[in-house]
Amino acid sequence: MTLVAFWVFAGVAIGSALLCITRRSPVASALWLVNTLFSLAAIYVLLDAHFIAAVQVLVYAGAIMVLFLFVIMLLNLGRGGATDIRGPRGMVVAAVAGAVLAGELIVLRLAAPPGQLALPPGQVAEQVAAEGAVRAVAEPLFQGYLVPFEITSVLLLAAIVGAVVLAKRRL
Amino acid sequence: MLLGPSLLVSAILFSLGVVGVLLRRNAIVIFMCIELMLNAVNLTFVALSQRLGLDGQVFVFFVMTVAAAEAAVGLAIVIAVYRHRDTVNLQNINLLRG
Amino acid sequence: MTELAGSAADRVGLAILLPFLGFLVNGAVAFLRPQAKRLVSVVGVGSVAAAFAVAVAVFLAVLGARPPAPYVHTLWTWIATGDLQVDLALQVDQLSVVMLLVVTGVSSLIHVFSIGYMRDDPGYARYFAYLNLFVAFMVVLVLGASFPVMFIGWEGVGLCSYLLIGFWFEEREKADAGLKAFLVNRIGDFGFLVAMFLIFSHTGTLEFRDVFARAPHALAGGTATAIALFLFMGCVGKSAQIPLYVWLPDAMAGPTPVSALIHAATMVTAGVYLVARCNVLFAMSPTACAVVAGVGALTALFAATIGLKQWDIKKVLAYSTVSQLGYMFVGVGVGAYAAGVFHLVTHAFFKALLFLGAGSVIHVLHRAYHHTHRHADAQDMRNMGGLAAYLPWTSRVMWVATLAIAGIPPLAGFFSKDEILGAAFARGAASPFYYLVWAFGLAAAFLTAFYMARLMLYTFHGPNRTGDLERPHLAEAPWVMTWPLVVLAGLTVLGGALNLPHVGTLHRWLEPVTEASAPYLPTLAPATGVEITLMVLAAAIGVGGIWLATRVLKPAALLTPERAPAETGFAKLLLEKYRVDELYRAVIVRPLVWLARVVLWKGVDAGVIDTAGVNGSAAVARGLGWIGSRLQTGQVGTYVVLFVVGAAAVLAALLRFGKP
Repeated sequence: MTLVAFWVFAGVAIGSALLCITRRSPVASALWLVNTLFSLAAIYVLLDAHFIAAVQVLVYAGAIMVLFLFVIMLLNLGRGGATDIRGPRGMVVAAVAGAVLAGELIVLRLAAPPGQLALPPGQVAEQVAAEGAVRAVAEPLFQGYLVPFEITSVLLLAAIVGAVVLAKRRL
Repeated sequence: MLLGPSLLVSAILFSLGVVGVLLRRNAIVIFMCIELMLNAVNLTFVALSQRLGLDGQVFVFFVMTVAAAEAAVGLAIVIAVYRHRDTVNLQNINLLRG
Repeated sequence: MTELAGSAADRVGLAILLPFLGFLVNGAVAFLRPQAKRLVSVVGVGSVAAAFAVAVAVFLAVLGARPPAPYVHTLWTWIATGDLQVDLALQVDQLSVVMLLVVTGVSSLIHVFSIGYMRDDPGYARYFAYLNLFVAFMVVLVLGASFPVMFIGWEGVGLCSYLLIGFWFEEREKADAGLKAFLVNRIGDFGFLVAMFLIFSHTGTLEFRDVFARAPHALAGGTATAIALFLFMGCVGKSAQIPLYVWLPDAMAGPTPVSALIHAATMVTAGVYLVARCNVLFAMSPTACAVVAGVGALTALFAATIGLKQWDIKKVLAYSTVSQLGYMFVGVGVGAYAAGVFHLVTHAFFKALLFLGAGSVIHVLHRAYHHTHRHADAQDMRNMGGLAAYLPWTSRVMWVATLAIAGIPPLAGFFSKDEILGAAFARGAASPFYYLVWAFGLAAAFLTAFYMARLMLYTFHGPNRTGDLERPHLAEAPWVMTWPLVVLAGLTVLGGALNLPHVGTLHRWLEPVTEASAPYLPTLAPATGVEITLMVLAAAIGVGGIWLATRVLKPAALLTPERAPAETGFAKLLLEKYRVDELYRAVIVRPLVWLARVVLWKGVDAGVIDTAGVNGSAAVARGLGWIGSRLQTGQVGTYVVLFVVGAAAVLAALLRFGKP
C-alpha cells in the first residue's frame, strides 16, 4: 500500500519537475515547482518524517515559493517576452550532461549504506510513533546540533540584512 | 523498504534540476531549478535517515533554512541586477567577460 | 736515474715557465702599450734564451749521469679518477733533452732574427707573445712524460700555429690559411686521441715508461698495429705528410720567421719525435713500419716534384720541408730512430737557415718596393735575380744550406740523409718493399738538389729583374737579422759531427731510448762495402742534381710575372701542385659545407629545432592559451556547464576508484 502511494507521489513529483523546467512562462514554472514540493512533502510523510513534511509545506512551498512569485511579478516577467530556453545546441548539452549525471547517481545509489551504521529496520518509525514527530527531531537538534543551530540563526540574520540592503533602491 | 526507490527518485529529480539549470537563461527560473536540486538532496537525506537515524532529518532542517536564506539573498541580487540592466537574461549579464 | 734527482733536471719546468711568462708579459704589453717594442724584444728573446740556458744545464746533468731509464719529474697530479691516473709530469731522458736543445736553441736565434724582420709591424708585441707561447707549448710537447701531457703541447702548438699563420688576419687569405692549418691538424689529432684510448684500454696506463714497459706483453700484434697507425695519423696531420700536407704550403702566409720556426724546425717535427718516442710500438708492428716508411718516401718524392715548378720562394721551401719530413719518417719507419732524429736536428739547422735567408731577401725586396710604392710580389723569384751582389752574406750562408740539403759531404745533411737511406737499403734485405722506399728516397734526393739549386740560381744569380727604380734600394739585411744566419750556417757545417758513420755519437746517446725496440727489428747497418757504395751514390746524386740545374736552367731567360707566359702541360700541373687542394675542395670540403649548410643548418636547425622546438612550443603554449581563453566567456551559463561537467567527472572518479 505504501509503495503504491509512494510511486504515485513520486510520479507526480517527477512529472511536475519536468514541466517546471520546460515551461516558457516563469509563473508556470513556479507553480509546477510548488506541485513538486507538495508531492515531496507527501513522500516525506511516507518515510516517517512528519515534521519535515510539515516544515516543507510551510517554509518551502509556503514562503520560498511565494517569495519567488512575488519577485516574478515585481519584475513583470509573468507572461509574454521571448522564450528563455536555450537553442538546440544548449538542449543537447543539457540533455547529455543530465543523462550522464543521472546515470552516475543511479549507479551510486546501488551501494548500500555500511552495515554497522544501519539501525534495525522500523526503529525510527517506532520512535516517531512513541515520542511524536516533533520531539524526535527536536532532541538531536537542540542537544547534539545546538551549535549549528545557533550559527544558522546568525546566518539568517545576515541573509535578512543582506537581502534588504541589496534590494534597496537607494542605500 | 522505500530506500531504494527514494534514492532513485532523488537521483532523477537532481538530474532534472541540473538539466533545468543548463537549459534556461532566465535567472529566476534557474534559481527555481536550484531549489529543485536542493529538494532532491533533502529527499535523499530523509530516505537515509529512515535507515541510519534521525540525524538525517536534522540535517534536512538545516538545508531548508539555508535554502530560504539563499533564496532571499539571491532574489535580492536579481532585483538589483534588474534595476541596472533591465534584464534577467543570463546572456546579457556578462560583465565578467574579459 | 736517482743521480738526476736534485740536479738541474729538477728545474726543467723552467724551460716551460719562462717562455710562458714571456707570453703573459708580451700579451699584456700588446693590449696596453703596443709601442713598447724595446721591452717586448728584451722579454721575448730573453725568456727563450733563458729557456735555452736551462736546456743546456739539463743536458749537462744528463751527460754526467747517463741514466739508463727516463727521469720523470712530477709537477702535480692532474687527473685522478678511478683507473685513470695522469700526472703533469716532465720526462728528462736522452731523446727529450736533444729535442729541448734544438727547440730552445733554434727558437732563440729566430727570436733574434724577428727583432729585425718585424720591426715595422704594428703587431710587434702580439707577435712575440704568440711566439713565446709557442715555445712554451713546444717544450711541453717534448718534455711530456705521458701521452696526455704531450697532447697538451701538441694541441697548444697547433693553436699557436693558427694564431701565427693568420697573424695578418685582416687579409682574408691569410686568415683562411690559419684556419686550414688548424682544421687539417684536427683530423690528425683524432687519430692521436683514438690511439690514446686504445693504449689506455690495453695497457691501463698512459705514462710513457709504463706503456713501453708493458707493451711487449700487453699488446697483441694487431693491437700494436692499430695503435701505431692511429698515432701515425696524428703525425700525418702535424708533420704534413700525404694526404694531410696541404696546410703547410698555405701556412707560408704567416711571417717568414714563423715559417722558419714552426713549419721547418720545430712543430712539424713533433710527429717524428712521437714516432721516435714510441719506437717500441712501431717496431712491434712490421705493417706500421712499412706504412710509415712508405708514406714518408712517397711524400718525399711527391713534394719534391711540386717544388720543381714553384715560383714563390717560400712555397719552394715549404714543399722542401714536406719532402724532408718524408725523409725523417722513412728513417723512423725503417727502424733507424736515431737516424730520423739526426735528420730532424740537421734539418732544423739548414731549413731554418734557408727560411731566414729567404726572409732576409723578402725583407729587402719589401723595403725596396716600399720606397718606390710599387705593388709587386716580394716573394716571387721572377722578381729577384742577381741578389748575390747586394746581399753577399745572405747569399753565402744560403749556399751552405743548399749544399747541406742536397747532401754534399761533409755538411750535416749528407750524413743524416745518407744514414736514413742506408738503413732503408739494409732493411730491404729483410723485406724487399724497403728497396722501393730507398729508390724513392734516392729519386727525391736528386730532385731536392735540383730545385734547391734552381732556387739559388733564380734568386741570387743571373741578371736582376727587380726593376730599375728599386735596384738602388737593394742592400744587405740589418746585422741583427744576419748574424743568426751565420750561427745556423756554422751549425749546418759542423752538425754532421753529431753522428758520423761508425762513430755514431747520437746513435749511442739515444740507445737507452731506442733499445726497447731493437728485438723487433732486423739489422739496419748495411755491410761496409755496400755502405760506401751508397754514400758515394748519394753524394753523386747531390752533385749531379746541382750540376744539371746549372746546365738546364737559364736565369737570364726568366721573365717577370707580368710578362711571363702561362705554363702549360706537365709544368702547369706541377705549378698547380697536382690540383690536390682543388680535389679536396670538391670531394671533401664542398660536400661537408653543403651538409652543414643545407642539412644541418636549414634542415635541422631552422627546420626541425626552430620550427618544431622553439616556435613549436610557443605555438603549443599559444594554443593552450587560446583554449583557456575560450573558457573565459564571461557567461554564467558556460561556467555552469563546466561546473556540471567537472562534478560528473569527480563522481565518475569516485565511482571508479572509491572504496565501496
